[in-house]
Amino acid sequence: MTAQALVPKEKRVAQKRIALTGNHAVALAVKMCRPEVIVAYPITPQTPVVEKLAEYVNNGELDAEYILVESEHSAISAVIGASAMGARVFTETSSQGLLYMYENLPIAVGLRLPIVMGIAARAYSAPINVWGDYGDVMSMRELGWIIYIVQSAQEAFDTVIQAYRVAEDSRVHLPAVVAYDGFWTSHVLQPLDVPEDEEEVMRFAPITRSWVRLDVDNPAQLGAVGTPEWYWEIRWQAVETLRESQKVIEEVDEEFGMRFGRRYGLFHTYNTEDAELVIVTYGSLYGLAKKVVDRLRREGVRAGALRLRVIRPWPGDQLKKALEDVEKVFVIDRAINHGAYLQGPMAMELAATLQRPVYSALATIGMRAIDSDMIYEAALKVLKGLWAPYQTYTIGLRGGYE
Amino acid sequence: MSSGGRFAKIPVYIRGNYLVKTAIKAAEEYQGQYEYANFELPDEELFLPGHGLCGGCTIGVIARHMLKVFGPDTVVVNATGCAEVSTVVYPRTNWGVPWIHVAFGNGGSVASGIEAAIKALKRRGVIDPGRRINVVVFAGDGGTADIGFQALSGMLERGHKVIYVMYDNEGYMNTGIQRSGTTPFGASASTSPAGRKVPGNVTHKKPMAAIVAAHGTPYVATANPAYVHDMVYKFKKAMEVEGPSFIHILQSCTPGWRFEPKYGIRVLELATETGYWVNYEIERGEFRVTLPVPRRKHVKCFLQLQGRFKHLKPEEVEFIQKIIDRDVEEINRVVGREVIGPVDPSLPCLTERR
Repeated sequence: MTAQALVPKEKRVAQKRIALTGNHAVALAVKMCRPEVIVAYPITPQTPVVEKLAEYVNNGELDAEYILVESEHSAISAVIGASAMGARVFTETSSQGLLYMYENLPIAVGLRLPIVMGIAARAYSAPINVWGDYGDVMSMRELGWIIYIVQSAQEAFDTVIQAYRVAEDSRVHLPAVVAYDGFWTSHVLQPLDVPEDEEEVMRFAPITRSWVRLDVDNPAQLGAVGTPEWYWEIRWQAVETLRESQKVIEEVDEEFGMRFGRRYGLFHTYNTEDAELVIVTYGSLYGLAKKVVDRLRREGVRAGALRLRVIRPWPGDQLKKALEDVEKVFVIDRAINHGAYLQGPMAMELAATLQRPVYSALATIGMRAIDSDMIYEAALKVLKGLWAPYQTYTIGLRGGYE
Repeated sequence: MSSGGRFAKIPVYIRGNYLVKTAIKAAEEYQGQYEYANFELPDEELFLPGHGLCGGCTIGVIARHMLKVFGPDTVVVNATGCAEVSTVVYPRTNWGVPWIHVAFGNGGSVASGIEAAIKALKRRGVIDPGRRINVVVFAGDGGTADIGFQALSGMLERGHKVIYVMYDNEGYMNTGIQRSGTTPFGASASTSPAGRKVPGNVTHKKPMAAIVAAHGTPYVATANPAYVHDMVYKFKKAMEVEGPSFIHILQSCTPGWRFEPKYGIRVLELATETGYWVNYEIERGEFRVTLPVPRRKHVKCFLQLQGRFKHLKPEEVEFIQKIIDRDVEEINRVVGREVIGPVDPSLPCLTERR
């Protein structure tokens, strides 16, 4: 599970254990963060989030303006407008919906708006596939958003709260996205602990309203033309801020741990200290990876696993340190980096980070089924030298590279 | 503030325009309209000088008067277009009110978010609940009739209290005069050039006001900056109505229409005098022409002032005249009497100024 913070139990916020799907855990966290404007357009597999939020609003449990727009393009546009006006906002999407939002995603960064968005990760078309992979999330990497990829309903709940706190911090003012597996997390009922008193969430993540916004008493113009003489410097502020936001992300995670008893770090490691082989992955697949590590350990292989959590800003130095003594780093990617040297996007980034051979494989594309035996077989191939570094293999593809 | 009425304040607009008397008469004819025709405009300028708009461009005329009516408690959402690239080039600005530009096709949805945020923030006591803040979309024809159409339709359908001001220069002017959904028939644009085979643009203006009215929008109007008195009272009505409002404004474009800059207003007067452009309003479904034209000039008067129509053959000019005749007939049918009169060939194209 997650690392437990070293805090006496009685100092922590009182919590109750309930069962929710990943989607409903996100909706509950959002409700507890009291957004003022929620903008929704349904798309599988995130739809239960916006449905649950609509219930909260229509039952009077959450006082928010809820705009039912006609597209995701308008969903992101309306949250940009509302955030620019000073409201705490939320929207959620998946796959094609994210791609339909796309032109506005870097604008939210340039306007420095602390938007929080959820993504129930899903493959993109064609062929149309409503099931989970991370093609959508990976397409956001270059835009300047803070990107969290979480493993469970509990972590999704906790990370949404953390994301508001980070995004609205006066040292950050950047949009943040919390992504989790479509279906395997979004639709699976899981136990989680939530605060008994919702006020605790607002005490942890109060609305700062510290960002530059539209104010009739202090008129500012947002979204000016940035000529070649100015564009780079203006954009560069967002670049530097994203890099420096890592400190805030860690600080917020730590404080969250103190109050709520759970912290996650920039990434999570499992038995990596003495490992000769580390399986790196993200999202819910980490559970299977850890199972494979246990099996390999029983068989005398010094195996470990690492789960990427905050992929933007990329925790390069920390990853380098965590993996520096590991002989074989084996990255199982869940999205295709079409035509790249390594077709796994995270494998490519780890290769650049570690500056040495990285083993790469693709799995769960379009939510192709996978089990721990398949990962185990793949790990053995890496261990035995049957799979070469700097090549991308496939796990579960008919006629693939195995 | 001025001491007299609107006409006392802005005499500069009351010139030798033969339609002014008709307009005043029309204003008096409709109950409730007279009060609108007599409100004061403040001296305060919220659209500031020093912009980069072309000489002869009437975007500035629209923006300036719009803000005089709406006042400082106004948030402007500017879709990508001429106004946006000419007024807020970092580090300069011409807007004395909060202003935001997000993208090209989302003026309606950005404004929806702003309007919703104002409501929510008033409920939470962040914004004084008694304070009225106008949310205005200022968008061109591309950002309204083409790429921004869906966002506009969504905004109208959801009923956000947003004033949508569309300045229609009949093309993608700031990117070099490409044809848009409101480019008139026969106009030569860079993507619909006058060729040996095709005489320029082959479609005719998308009827935005009628399309918006079909959404059940409580206040819809067309306006023309050459008739400022008509335009400003429409701004006022749009501001005061409950729910969304939409004003489609014809705007002359010096490089796009290719006229001498001194004709920026004159060409717009001719648009109305020829019936090419009719100023009307649709208030809660009730249609009325606010600027009747007893006798129309031939459309060639409007066309011949502009380089974009120079290539047209007489039969093509007549074809445009037929389009206008049909539109005028339709308007007269809706009104139930002849508010826009027949073409009078004896009317000179350019009248002498007093």
